[in-house]
Amino acid sequence: MAEEHAPEHAQAPSVPALTRLLQESFPNAVLGHHQQHGDETVVIARAGMLEVFGFLKNDSRCRFNLMIDATAVDHLPRQPRFEVVYHLKSIPLKHRIRLKVPIEDGAAEVDSIAGLWVAADWYERECFDMYGIRFKGHPNLKRLLMYEGFEGHPLRKDYPKGQAQPLVDMRPVKERYSYGDFYKPVAQPAKN
Amino acid sequence: MGMKFPSGESYLTTKLDAVINWSRKFSLFQYPFVTACCGMEFMAVYGAHYDGARFGSEIPRFTPRQADLLFVVGTVNHKMAPILKRVYEQMAEPKWVVAFGACASSGGFYQNYAAVAGIDRIVPVDVYIAGCPPRPEAVLDGIIELQRLIQDKGPRGTAGMNPRQTKDPLVLSRE
Repeated sequence: MAEEHAPEHAQAPSVPALTRLLQESFPNAVLGHHQQHGDETVVIARAGMLEVFGFLKNDSRCRFNLMIDATAVDHLPRQPRFEVVYHLKSIPLKHRIRLKVPIEDGAAEVDSIAGLWVAADWYERECFDMYGIRFKGHPNLKRLLMYEGFEGHPLRKDYPKGQAQPLVDMRPVKERYSYGDFYKPVAQPAKN
Repeated sequence: MGMKFPSGESYLTTKLDAVINWSRKFSLFQYPFVTACCGMEFMAVYGAHYDGARFGSEIPRFTPRQADLLFVVGTVNHKMAPILKRVYEQMAEPKWVVAFGACASSGGFYQNYAAVAGIDRIVPVDVYIAGCPPRPEAVLDGIIELQRLIQDKGPRGTAGMNPRQTKDPLVLSRE
């Protein structure tokens, strides 16, 4: 998400309540924050993330009982390369928050929140499948969408676009269209 | 009536072929291999308003052993490709394949690591129905086209390929 600045108002933009709560409770873990159109985003350091998530789930001022989404972004060539993004929602208190955890390429590992929200189990498996980010403490970290034998992590920016890894032999078909260099149809056997 | 042609056909056998093909085209048992959104249109076609059953394909068979028409409806991924191939191989002769929708015909709008660019890379196809999803009228047109194909060419007319001219193992296995 682009770090856009809110338009200048007459009064100084105030830090919203949840962000301030997190900044006061975990001053070392919060690396940054931004907000736009009523939503709040807090950037968390990887080191203390489990405490932050536990606090968000259990504290009576937060009570985030629903994990909406857990995904990742690949910012290659910018460093830190990956950013794991979580969306949480509180049903009793009716507020939402977005948390981002930046991680580097060589150490693409974060703590798993599947112990706190069971829904995170499959979201983290999808993240692992698509980006190769490992989740420490995940009960069953294996590929979710791609098949056994698929090599690589397809949503990384350095995975060749359109590169397929077929499981069955492809029959020879007449290639009527040129896809340019975007999509590479798999190599075909010589026509009979 | 007793005149024999070089290929072994005679008036009686051609008439017999015509009758058999007529009965085959009006009793298609479809196997709906539905994977994605085109399935909605498939359901609409075989529902009451557009009624695919008036063309003879009354009951879907959810086992390939009892089906003769493989409707591949929706996107087929590389993960699904071996399953599609196995289902096709499990069907007994005579069998036909209809590629229903843009994804099954050519990969649709997907040009990525996951989707197969058309199921004719996996199985031989007889009729392609284009559309995303195709209108039910287009599907009925495809079924009628298939029936015309069955009547004229019979079970050997797969995708216009003469078994004597191709080395494709999937077509040769139909000999």
